Amino acid sequence: MTLELRGITKRFGAVLANDHLDITIPSGTIHAIVGENGAGKSTAMRIAYGFYTADSGDILVDGQVREIRAPRDAIALGIGMVHQHFMLVRPMTVTENIVLGAEPGSAVSLDLRKAAASIRALSEEFKLAVDPDATIENLSVGQQQRVELLKALYRRAGLLILDEPTAVLTPQEVDEFFGILRRMRDQGKTVIIITHKLSEVLAISDDVTVMRDGRVVGNVKTSDTTAAQLARLMVGREVLLRVEKPPARPGPIVLSVKDLSIGGHDGARRLEQVSFDVRGGEIVGVAGVEGNGQTELIEALAGLLPESRVSGSISFSGRDIRPLDARHRREAGIAHVPEDRHRRGLLLEFSLAENVILGVHYRAPAVRGMGAVLLNRPGIQQRVDLVIREFDVRPPDPSLPARALSGGNQQKLIIGREFELPPILLLISQPTRGVDIGAIEFIHRKIVAMRDAGCAVLLVSAELEEVTALADRLLVMHNGHIAGEVDPARATHEQIGMLMTGGHAPSGVEGHS
Amino acid sequence: MTFLRELLFPLIAVLCAFLVGAIVVLFIGDSPVETYRLLLGSAFSWPDGIGYTLFFATPLIFTGLAVAVALRGGLLNIGAEGQLYVAAFATAWVGIKLASFPAVLLVPLCCVAAIAAGAVWGAIPGLLKARFGSHEVINTIMLNFIAVALVGYLTQYHYRIPGDPIMESAPIGNAAHIARLGRFVPGLPERIPLNFAFLLALLASWLVYVLLWKTKWGYEIRATGQNPAAAEYGGVSIRRQVVLTMAISGALAGMVGINEVLGYRYRYYDGFSDNYGFTGIAVALLGRNHPLGVIVAALLFAVLQRGGVPVDAFTQLVSKDIVLILQALVILFVAAEAMFRRSGRRWQGAGGSSGQATAPGKI
Repeated sequence: MTLELRGITKRFGAVLANDHLDITIPSGTIHAIVGENGAGKSTAMRIAYGFYTADSGDILVDGQVREIRAPRDAIALGIGMVHQHFMLVRPMTVTENIVLGAEPGSAVSLDLRKAAASIRALSEEFKLAVDPDATIENLSVGQQQRVELLKALYRRAGLLILDEPTAVLTPQEVDEFFGILRRMRDQGKTVIIITHKLSEVLAISDDVTVMRDGRVVGNVKTSDTTAAQLARLMVGREVLLRVEKPPARPGPIVLSVKDLSIGGHDGARRLEQVSFDVRGGEIVGVAGVEGNGQTELIEALAGLLPESRVSGSISFSGRDIRPLDARHRREAGIAHVPEDRHRRGLLLEFSLAENVILGVHYRAPAVRGMGAVLLNRPGIQQRVDLVIREFDVRPPDPSLPARALSGGNQQKLIIGREFELPPILLLISQPTRGVDIGAIEFIHRKIVAMRDAGCAVLLVSAELEEVTALADRLLVMHNGHIAGEVDPARATHEQIGMLMTGGHAPSGVEGHS
Repeated sequence: MTFLRELLFPLIAVLCAFLVGAIVVLFIGDSPVETYRLLLGSAFSWPDGIGYTLFFATPLIFTGLAVAVALRGGLLNIGAEGQLYVAAFATAWVGIKLASFPAVLLVPLCCVAAIAAGAVWGAIPGLLKARFGSHEVINTIMLNFIAVALVGYLTQYHYRIPGDPIMESAPIGNAAHIARLGRFVPGLPERIPLNFAFLLALLASWLVYVLLWKTKWGYEIRATGQNPAAAEYGGVSIRRQVVLTMAISGALAGMVGINEVLGYRYRYYDGFSDNYGFTGIAVALLGRNHPLGVIVAALLFAVLQRGGVPVDAFTQLVSKDIVLILQALVILFVAAEAMFRRSGRRWQGAGGSSGQATAPGKI
């Protein structure tokens, strides 16, 4: 099944999201669409799937112009889409989820058995190894993703659009997933994959379309290109893909964690007897698939978990900080760049100036006067100007609401706020998630500069490339434990991936549980 | 500039409400022009119209501020009604018990009683939320019933003058009376109960503005309301904040007692509130949770309230219920506007598009 976008233009208010796009995706190929945030790649695919309608331009399916006004039109034409965030009903079975919206049987009865049989057949045909009778919440993330694939296949999709499909997978799961995509291609399906991981683009795709500022800036055969060339096309200038850093000069121990355990709300342990040290002047990386205790570890260190959930000892500069709350830990010199900037890191409706004092809003220079109650406008202005200047936040207007900034600039604002504390210990989680390549380079340089200034850095990232490039020592977490420590300069991704899955060899098509 | 734009939408909502109201009047078979002339004309006449309109606006400013502060802090205070009842009773109680005190002491003490009683009654649901996570909407509603029953019981069995057929307390000491503005404003007769509490309401509005936007406490209230997880990350104790915000909200609602007891009836009069606490929700909504907006919205509702009487008396068919209809329509249109605005933002948000990283993990 071929898909062709011809002259697609879409405008949202003042923003030209898609500007006369021409993209041709031949039948039976895997086609990658890459581009930075806001480049318009998701918009284009949402137009193809009927979430939006284009202002002008045509969509051609198998050479014929088609009207796609809603997702059901796209589905009827054989276009399927798997979203980054799975749209599954967790307490229901695989079969129930797959038939949802296309229930077999008559108006009143529901023939699930027949559906289960055809789902099983599909699963076997593409070697997905999904049990139609399993309940979604008992499946691993990788399996859930395959359920999403099945959902599209069940609706007889000939073309699949996958939005950032590998973001939630371990390296082994990614390999398996790519195997599935290749099988689908070999059986005549067409696959479009929206991604930002250039190494994956090179590994899986046949052709690449690069987008920038709503336009197509490159259309190349994957075999004819390199990561550097793709990055240059995406950003519009030369990009340093490697992090340049001198060897670390570790100082005295700043953070010492011993036997740290954290309970969950449901009683299950999120973190089990974790011990490690971080020295001044070094970056200790934490790798692992998300949800293996990294979030809890950082929140416990930042003082954001209720005391009752935490046991073990946390010593900072030789002092027990367990009794300190978040405010006092920040006062002691612990900065925290949270993993989810929208949930924790920002007050989206507040101005940049108001955001830049979050956490220090109660003390000078943010306040003045008797009892330090009144907010100090000049002091706040100075601080926000400093952060905007030093961290290249754009647009540089302190009165804008944080919501108005791109992901990368929001992140630079948070990083600026925390780096200007200035910290003795920096807890930093997913520092470049949803951030443009240009800004990633900038943020990485700033983190290394922080280290070189003597700061102790604990870096958590789900991006293996990032954490191996930045860290001086690397801890790998699995299931609430530290599965091992490796030298990031020497360990291969396979070795790290093995630790990430609990030390077992790649677990075949079933994934791990 | 931003403020003017903020004002535009509520204005449109009010105009729409009056338009639909006119259609209703037409359907009833009366003249909308005549009805609105009566409604607005009487509210803006001097001195009675303006005097009463400002008097009616006073409690609505207090309750509007109460609801607005709570909403800024992420809390829905439906309990202003109960808070103002408890506060009014406490005001009268101090005014009765300490009747022999001189005015310079008694008036401030009565005011403190109003504020403190309202704050305590507001803090209770705050504490329940902080301690047990129970929702403040449920608890403030429940506490309304308890408040009304409690002060009713105290009036009936302990503070009523024996033989008085009306459910009201004994009068407060003369020293506790606060002056009616008629004494100072030429042409405004003293029989109009507009009193110093109105100026106090304006002062309270300014103080709320300063609190919310100029102090670190207000920063913490607004931060908690906007994103509790981020406020917590910024070292703000959410539990403490919930109690504090509800207490401030209750204190503002409690100030209605000053207007009612010290400036108007000089006693506690059972069932005095014309749903001030609930109308305060509409006032805050229409006033965009901004003190200046609250003042304007309170004035609008006061105009409607004042104008209802002549509409009732001088039209053939329209009753003063048209006021209720107009109030309801205003609320409806304000709510619809909120929805309209939200969908507007969704479209704009889609404009930042692919990126506007609600979706993490994307480049």
